[in-house]
Amino acid sequence: MSELLFVEALTRALGEEMERNPQVVLLGEDIGRNGGVFRVTQGLQARFGTERVVDTPVSEAGIVGAAVGLCLARMRPVCELQFDGFSYPALNQIITHVGRYRWRTRGTAPMPMVIRMPSGGGVRAPELHSDSPETYFCHTPGLVVVTPSTPADAKGLLTAAMRSPDPVIFLEPKKLYRHLRGEVPDGEHVTPLGVVRTVREGEDVTLFAWGAMVEVATATADALAQKGVSAHVCDVRTLSPLDEEGLLAAARATGRVVIIQEAPRTCGVASEIAAILAERAMYDLKAPIQRVTGFDVPHPYFSIEHHHRPDSARVLAAVHGTLEA
Amino acid sequence: MLYLRVFDERALIYHRHGRIGTWAISWGHEAIQVGAMFALRDHDWAFPSYRENKVGLVRGMSPTDVLAGCRGHPQGWWNPNIWRLGSISIPVASQVPHAVGFAWGERLQGRDTVALAFFGDGATSEGEFHEGTNLAGVLGAPAILLCTNNQWAISTPIHQQTRAASLVDKAVGYGIPGVRVDGDDVIAVYLAVSEAVERARSGGGPTFIECVTYRMQAHAFPDDPSVYRDDAAAEAARRNECLVRYERYLQRLDLLTPEVAARFREEWLAQMATAITEAEALPAPDPSLVFDHTYERKTPAMERDLAQLKASLAQGAAGKTSGRAP
Ligand SMILES: Cc1ncc(C[n+]2csc(CCOP(=O)(O)OP(=O)(O)O)c2C)c(N)n1
Repeated sequence: MSELLFVEALTRALGEEMERNPQVVLLGEDIGRNGGVFRVTQGLQARFGTERVVDTPVSEAGIVGAAVGLCLARMRPVCELQFDGFSYPALNQIITHVGRYRWRTRGTAPMPMVIRMPSGGGVRAPELHSDSPETYFCHTPGLVVVTPSTPADAKGLLTAAMRSPDPVIFLEPKKLYRHLRGEVPDGEHVTPLGVVRTVREGEDVTLFAWGAMVEVATATADALAQKGVSAHVCDVRTLSPLDEEGLLAAARATGRVVIIQEAPRTCGVASEIAAILAERAMYDLKAPIQRVTGFDVPHPYFSIEHHHRPDSARVLAAVHGTLEA
Repeated sequence: MLYLRVFDERALIYHRHGRIGTWAISWGHEAIQVGAMFALRDHDWAFPSYRENKVGLVRGMSPTDVLAGCRGHPQGWWNPNIWRLGSISIPVASQVPHAVGFAWGERLQGRDTVALAFFGDGATSEGEFHEGTNLAGVLGAPAILLCTNNQWAISTPIHQQTRAASLVDKAVGYGIPGVRVDGDDVIAVYLAVSEAVERARSGGGPTFIECVTYRMQAHAFPDDPSVYRDDAAAEAARRNECLVRYERYLQRLDLLTPEVAARFREEWLAQMATAITEAEALPAPDPSLVFDHTYERKTPAMERDLAQLKASLAQGAAGKTSGRAP
């Protein structure tokens, strides 16, 4: 075990998998000498050379489109997009090709790539540097969408992503990069994709969260514990395809559900989870499902972004609502 | 030019104090920004990138408002129609097609407006640059595509951005005139843009202009150029940068003395000090601004969200935990 920052856990995952698998190549803007804007790839070009850690021109559609070609050439590209909001120029490639190549070729041409990007707000960034674009990807069949919330998961899930037979959109909550530190297993550490994580067990209410919102859920659970309310906290981890059985079990543990999501509300992952629970666990629920989400607005300028991001106060209000119901 | 420079100098200090957010500095790009803006008429439009975050000053925008924008305060988000400036484009190259569409729309309505898009060397690698430039050529839009080639896109030097010997070569592929100018020479920029404006206004279509300069500073603050480049070239660029050159030129013509230049600097410094005080004194934005202007009218869900947010803020202010302890 090592005590690592979230960002260091990611760097380790990339470096160790590159050692193990010569097919893995990294490509992105400023990822080489500069080590990426968040320094996730720091030191990797010095270690693996400019052929395996490639500084590209400013060209997101080019990066992801080239990764499609690399996959056809039996490589394992790991793309870095500089910010959540700059995945949009690449959406055409992601939706029209990355998500469909396997289907279009009747399974003969899979797209085993990882598309990494920082995601979410809370770091006082300029416009388009704080978006939570998960839904665009979750709405695209053929993609696996993953977001870790601890350093250990950052390493384990990224390693699994680099071994996934399907393309993985890997969302890195940028608020956690240098803010969260934790124990990370040394050496090979793989966390299976598509499985929820039980953060803590509880009896009165289940909190679902992912990415940077897991911290908010945990802090809320602490506050609730002080008042004698026991919260079950579930980290969703893989946003698509969802671990339906894991979600159902977590919901049934308490029968009361609050889902916390940083992204805007409409058609978000929280809505999808709520629909699954309504379809499959309606009679196990004791209260209407509550969502605490970002609002249906562009992520606001940073002088008011704290009003937009769900915080413990909003989650507590929702918990109160379900307990009263 | 001096005004813009002083603004950058102070903004950098304010950023280091934590009084403004990320700051994209354009130290050394003043000849391009000012030369180009002065070549436009008042009713012509410009479409800035994050690097032209203060060209509004040239149009008369107050430094307080620009600094408010740097503080993430809504007062800094401008009305394009007042300043004849599109909003700042954060995604690289995305403003190029906007300028083209705007110029075309004006022409369709019989007006003689010209539109200028500012963008960097890195932007010429994006699809939107190519799509916008190609469209401009095909439509014959009265647009000026003005590239600030400062040799760097964050850590990526120009020779890793393109195999082309010079960016101006790209104009050939789109069948439009291309001009390469010394971006450290404000008069050269002014003349090149004026000529392109004249051509556009008289129906001659778009022009691609490459202004060659050097990014002396970091990409933005925070960013540490020592990680990816050695500072010798930046030092050399500093010795020959646009402001030094223009001041010397004016002095040779006896149009400026060091004393007068120093006095101008003092005046701008005093203005900046007032501006930051004013920007910091702006009231915290009302939370309803989170919901305003996403649509023309707030949706019913937004009204509900806003009411809840206000209630919870009021409770917070009254010292109660929101959501009552269950
Ligand atoms: C679509 C998009 N991708 C990535 C970024 C991140 N980014 C910000 S500035 C920059 C470099 C752009 O370089 P250049 O076009 O030369 O302009 P300069 O910054 O030198 O003015 C990058 C990659 C962005 N803003 N937009």
